[in-house]
Amino acid sequence: MSVLVVAEHVRGRMRGVTYELVTAGRALGGPVAVAVIGRDPAALDMRREGVDEVVQVRVEQAEFENDVYQRVLEMLIAERRPQVVLLGFTVNSLGYGPAIAVRLGLGLATDVFAVRRDDGALVATRAFYGSKVHADLEFPGKESVLLLLRPTIWPPAPPGGNPKTITKAAPDLPHSRARHQEFVEPPRADVDIADADFLLAIGRGIGDREKIPTFEQLAQKLGATLAVSRPLVDAGWMPNSRQVGQSGKTVKPKVYLAMGISGAVQHLAGMKASGTIIAVNTDPEAAIFGTAHYGAVADLFEVAEELEKLP
Amino acid sequence: MKLVVCVKQVKVLGDEVGFTADSRDVDPDYLDLALNEWDACATEEALRIRERLGEGEVVAITAAPAGPELALRRCLAMGVDRAIRVESAAVDPISIARALAGAVGGESPDLVLCGVQSSDVVQGSTGTALAELLELPRVAVVTKIDWSGSGPATVYRELEGGLIDVVEVDTPALLTVQTGINQPRYATLRAIKLAEQKEIPAVPAPDRAEPAYRVRRMFAPPKGQGAKILQGPPADVARQIADIVKERLK
Repeated sequence: MSVLVVAEHVRGRMRGVTYELVTAGRALGGPVAVAVIGRDPAALDMRREGVDEVVQVRVEQAEFENDVYQRVLEMLIAERRPQVVLLGFTVNSLGYGPAIAVRLGLGLATDVFAVRRDDGALVATRAFYGSKVHADLEFPGKESVLLLLRPTIWPPAPPGGNPKTITKAAPDLPHSRARHQEFVEPPRADVDIADADFLLAIGRGIGDREKIPTFEQLAQKLGATLAVSRPLVDAGWMPNSRQVGQSGKTVKPKVYLAMGISGAVQHLAGMKASGTIIAVNTDPEAAIFGTAHYGAVADLFEVAEELEKLP
Repeated sequence: MKLVVCVKQVKVLGDEVGFTADSRDVDPDYLDLALNEWDACATEEALRIRERLGEGEVVAITAAPAGPELALRRCLAMGVDRAIRVESAAVDPISIARALAGAVGGESPDLVLCGVQSSDVVQGSTGTALAELLELPRVAVVTKIDWSGSGPATVYRELEGGLIDVVEVDTPALLTVQTGINQPRYATLRAIKLAEQKEIPAVPAPDRAEPAYRVRRMFAPPKGQGAKILQGPPADVARQIADIVKERLK
């Protein structure tokens, strides 16, 4: 199955998801071509095992702009007719992938975490209904399917290989209507949760801003660093620097104690590599119990109180 | 000045699940309805822009079959001026975008806001596909909007890891809004009552259906190895947790 991967890079650095897409493309059979779109595409290393061809497209813009990626990729799809186009399930891809799909009539699925060929047909697996169910999707009548693959599922393709490299001229790009201005760093953290050996992570289950000091105190007592899931940052209760997950930090502590976190996929992506995961949640069906090593179906406040009492 | 918000009445699955006879979807008996969380934020943001500018109209549009209209009623109760339902049974994002395009484009909005994604189908694609159909500039996953009501807007896009990309986008534009951009307001009881009396016109969708995919089979996720469950009252659970932590941090 011919595959076209679109490389994702930011500030001159290739993002890891690009190499994961190569692995997924290889698993579909290949050949695998990788499109690198940028001001200096040759500077971005794409020599990875499993890459058959690198297509470098030089554009004026150094950073991602969705009009630019859309026009370049539409040109490449029209010329090469790949059966599968692979993008990372990322903020950048959401800005242009679905636009290409609707314009060219491609099959489309996002946040895909498994792909396979079944009797020659592509089957993509993803979650629905708050990740509580999974589904196999098929794409009848589609010559080409665009998939946005969930990061951290496929292992990155290792360095090596000797892909053929070609350079393509960019199509005539009309005025880019959404233009990158600058990057703003997230506020500097008081602590780096990515450095901690032991994280106490709390989520929506704590219910109330007033409860946060209880868990700050508990973290201190246990010798843990306090981390949170996205809803607490969205609510403005904790800074983004404490957030674990796709839009926060990816962490890998020795111990991850999750209290009141149901386990949205974006959260799980950020902590599943932790050494030992312990989850406390009142909902026995909470997704986090699928990832945790130890689980307790219990009231998190009662458990917190008992932990506080321990010598 | 006109703002359009595209909203969805999502289906929320509780603790139990059963599937339809053809195994292609969840049995509706297991599903509750709600206004999609991301769309509540998009609606709130539209209302705030209108309040900031001191003028303008906010129109909420959904694509849905006839039935309960609690999502649009909630938008009306929050303060949108009008609501429109496009008659459509579309499920996949490309078909929903096609269904919405006529009604949204017909309003000639200065700004269109959508939620980043819906909690039930979670493709994150409807807004961007809709922008393409309307030939609007767009930015996806927006966490801040700075706009004077005319000319380009400056918006934040939050990338993975928290890095913020500041983007200048020409208007009219379509933005998909991330949760956390605001805290959606609660409607007053009076507003809820008034919203219930408002007329919600239904308009037909174009008949062009071209789904992005077909569900072959929907199923309960395989139980991984799963967690070893710590038994006992909270005091026992706490003691076991403390033991595991001590052992692993050695």
